[in-house]
Amino acid sequence: MIKKFDKKDEESGSGSNPFQHLEKSAVLQEARIFNETPINPRKCLHILTKIIYLLNQGEHFGTTEATEAFFAMTRLFQSNDQTLRRMCYLTIKEMANISEDVIIVTSSLTKDMTGKEDVYRGPAIRALCRITDTTMLQAIERYMKQAIVDKVPSVSSSALVSSLHMVKMSFDVVKRWVNEAQEAASSDNIMVQYHALGLLYHLRKNDRLAVTKMLNKFTKSGLKSPFAYCMMIRIASKLLEETEGGHDSPLFDFIESCLRNKHEMVVYEAASAIVHMPKCTARELAPAVSVLQLFCSSPKAALRYAAVRTLNKVAMKHPSAVTACNLDLENLITDSNRSIATLAITTLLKTGSESSVDRLMKQISSFVSEISDEFKVVVVQAISALCQKYPRKHGVMMNFLSNMLRDDGGFEYKRAIVDCIISIIEDNLETKETGLAHLCEFIEDCEHTVLATKILHLLGKEGPRTPTPSKYIRFIFNRVVLESEAVRAAAISALAKFGAQNDDLLPSVLVLMQRCMMDSDDEVRDRATFYVNVLLQKQKALNAGYILNGLSVSVPGLERSLHQYTLEPSEKGFDMKTVPLATAPITEQKTEITPVATSKLPEKLSPSRQVIYQEQLAAIPEFQGLGPLFKSSEPVQLTEAETEYVVRCIKHTFANHMIFQFDCTNTLNDQLLQRVMVQMEPSEAYEVLHYVPAASLYYSQPGSCYCLVRLPEDDPTAVSCTFSCTMKYLVRDCDPNTGEPDDDGYDDEYVLEDLEVTVADHIQKVLKPNFGAAWEEVGDEFEKEETFALATVRTLEEAVNNIISFLGMQPCERSDKVPESKNSHVLFLAGVFRGGHDVLVRSRLALADGVTMQVTVRSSDENVVDVILASVG
Amino acid sequence: MSAMAVTQMGWVYGRCTRANHKASTALNTTMPTLGTGWDEPSLYTVKAVLIMDNDGERLYAKYYDDTYPTVKEQKAFEKNIFNKTHRTDSEIALLEGLTVVYKSNIDLYFYVIGSSHENELMLMSVLNCLFDSLSQMLRKNVEKRALLENMEGLFLAVDEIVDGGVILESDPQQVVHRVALRGDDVPLTEQTVTQVLQSAKEQIKWSLLR
Repeated sequence: MIKKFDKKDEESGSGSNPFQHLEKSAVLQEARIFNETPINPRKCLHILTKIIYLLNQGEHFGTTEATEAFFAMTRLFQSNDQTLRRMCYLTIKEMANISEDVIIVTSSLTKDMTGKEDVYRGPAIRALCRITDTTMLQAIERYMKQAIVDKVPSVSSSALVSSLHMVKMSFDVVKRWVNEAQEAASSDNIMVQYHALGLLYHLRKNDRLAVTKMLNKFTKSGLKSPFAYCMMIRIASKLLEETEGGHDSPLFDFIESCLRNKHEMVVYEAASAIVHMPKCTARELAPAVSVLQLFCSSPKAALRYAAVRTLNKVAMKHPSAVTACNLDLENLITDSNRSIATLAITTLLKTGSESSVDRLMKQISSFVSEISDEFKVVVVQAISALCQKYPRKHGVMMNFLSNMLRDDGGFEYKRAIVDCIISIIEDNLETKETGLAHLCEFIEDCEHTVLATKILHLLGKEGPRTPTPSKYIRFIFNRVVLESEAVRAAAISALAKFGAQNDDLLPSVLVLMQRCMMDSDDEVRDRATFYVNVLLQKQKALNAGYILNGLSVSVPGLERSLHQYTLEPSEKGFDMKTVPLATAPITEQKTEITPVATSKLPEKLSPSRQVIYQEQLAAIPEFQGLGPLFKSSEPVQLTEAETEYVVRCIKHTFANHMIFQFDCTNTLNDQLLQRVMVQMEPSEAYEVLHYVPAASLYYSQPGSCYCLVRLPEDDPTAVSCTFSCTMKYLVRDCDPNTGEPDDDGYDDEYVLEDLEVTVADHIQKVLKPNFGAAWEEVGDEFEKEETFALATVRTLEEAVNNIISFLGMQPCERSDKVPESKNSHVLFLAGVFRGGHDVLVRSRLALADGVTMQVTVRSSDENVVDVILASVG
Repeated sequence: MSAMAVTQMGWVYGRCTRANHKASTALNTTMPTLGTGWDEPSLYTVKAVLIMDNDGERLYAKYYDDTYPTVKEQKAFEKNIFNKTHRTDSEIALLEGLTVVYKSNIDLYFYVIGSSHENELMLMSVLNCLFDSLSQMLRKNVEKRALLENMEGLFLAVDEIVDGGVILESDPQQVVHRVALRGDDVPLTEQTVTQVLQSAKEQIKWSLLR
């Protein structure tokens, strides 16, 4: 082969590649040599190597040419050259999916796998299983069973691994080899043992009892292979998680004992398993953390990385457990592997004190450009967490973030930074201007439409209320000039918000907007035209309703309602009030996430739970004609956790009715409950109209029964009521094993806890992004004001939380956050009352001995104002 | 007028909530990995084995699952890996949500890739086994030229180390033994040179003794 390298090749560079200019067609032409007799093994070997090389480079082979080459290759089985034969096996595996009729080599492979040459047997088994299907598998079953228990490790391993690959395809056949696998599991060879264990687990994983038995057996007898130990640890931790067994179980003891194994791989696997266990206490973590601490000073980079990555995870939940390692982590922040250094720093940021923040940030900014995006996201998340912990450090952080924002980076990374800046702005009012300035600078050169629109939306929301709103106009209008349609449209909306709130800017905004009325995109044009006309009216209420506070209906709900409306045309206009309201987005989504950003899974838009409930209820004939579902409450538990029957209630509110949905679960395996209903006794003038019982409740299968109640019409202020609830049902005893019930049963009842309906059940939360505008829009026609003294409440925060949970309304303008060390606070709440009346509450709180509260309520309906005030008092 | 307002505002609203929604679902998709910690215990450890030269060109690439189903995606991934790793000699990195362990020698870069939940030391044992096996087969001469002259040895060795993503063997001695390239099939210049030297020495020895 060396001869093929002529002088020219050598001169062209030391790394010259004999395969560099291979032509597929030329190689296939050469493959004709396979048909020559006698076979020249050396030449043929070289050509096979070329073919595999081409396949490996991703070259595409057509079915015909592949089949042709494959058939020529089969002739090479006549040669007894070892390497050539082995390359034939490889070619078979590589071509199994491209060539046709690969099964013609079955008999040759079967001969090799049962032959005398040990070198052939293992690879032959693997090649054979690659081309075999379920029906043919049965033909070679006998040989496979023999091979699994063969005394040659390579043969046994090959058979076991191939069986594992085939479990997916022919589970039933492979299942019959359990005994052979069992025998192989006690082999002396470490790899055979590992493979046998893996196969056994895959065959038995649905049978928890069998898995437990297997674990018990091997934990007692001990294993030779570190790989097998790792596998066992994973199985044990999965089992622990499923059974939610306490940490005193033998499984946990096994994992802990592995911390003392002589192989680092096993020790790390055990430590990592313990760290990942949900509900692990600090005491249980301690031994795992101390082995990880030892690994931190290992000379092996992989081990340091593994250790610090795991410690980073510990720090998310139990920062105090990691403090002991701070010194070791400090040594790692200058590690030459930047991943390790980053993880060490972010861990320290979580565990360290406020004083070390500056130093760590300085260190990390020295190499932030060298690390991969994944780790940059980790850094940003750590900073985000830090800002919440040490609000005073936001100056350093903001600087750092803006520098990161200027660097190159992918979308995930930029989004993490933008989200982090936005959350800082929202938490700290003083940072608002610097934060907005950084973001403005960012959108000047931002290729991500999603981020640009998000920032523009934020600018529109926050910009007009800063001391100098005019400076943002330039940035926004630049977007109109330079960007794509979606960004232009978002910029127009943001501009309109400036015009609506700043009278002195209004003329200039109008001029800018009028220029956009000739835009090439119709969405941009339409928006500009619409906003210009609204702004020209110069009415506060119009501005508030159409520019500052958008629609509060849920968009999928609106789509659904409009579709329904077009299906059944009617004389009446479409009524916006029939559209279900959007439930306020959950703002607290700051959860720690692993540095894994594999969002490759398709993102599904799951229907909201309200839509699901609406469909469920609409399917019940008794509940027709109630109108659209207004609100569904969170489930309320009506029983203790560990009782015979578990009942929880969801309150569905309609315009004039309520439906109580009782989700009942029968936890007794010797009973079948039938005709289950919950009888309700109201304390007020509520009228129970109808019960819908659940037909039968089998053991541990939840079922629902319903109760329909009419709300009192003559007294609209009667919003709260207490129901005493009793579950009534027919019991039929049954055999716990078979579930076969007795023929006859007896009536029984079970007293549940009382169910409260409060004012919160009648109000849906609605977020008004601009509360002031909404306040003006509703007007003071039905305004009422009253002052209360809350004697039992000690802090402003407590008072705020009490009011929010009591009224069930949405806090606006982040007024639910009470700044520290202040004696007074204003809380803004918004919501929609049953029937579609907007209701707004402004509550001024002052802290003296107790908390004094002045409540001002505005609504479009007088009754609603009375209801709110009456229920507060 | 008002009907238009409805559609307009709906669109505005839709846009900004969709952005939020995306953010939250992205969080959700990554959350389960936090809570449950592990995927199903399995022997499938290795996602890919790669060997590249010092220009980042693929010399060998074997992908064991469909994380990167097309050649185009594979090449893009390889490019990313190479750019992130070829300047630093630091053994391990996290890229595109995957753990990458690597090693370089003269003009070759060896990579073993696994899930980010995988035991890093297991991946390391595969990498070491691959490197040590090749080192033995190439008589310590692990460089591009020698490797390319022994491609069939490389193909067979990887086939003995990893099968369909399962670690088949981790002991380089065993791998070399199983690949069983015949001595004369290792046409290394070094070998011939040493042989020549050896015989020359013999001859000198004999001539001196005479």
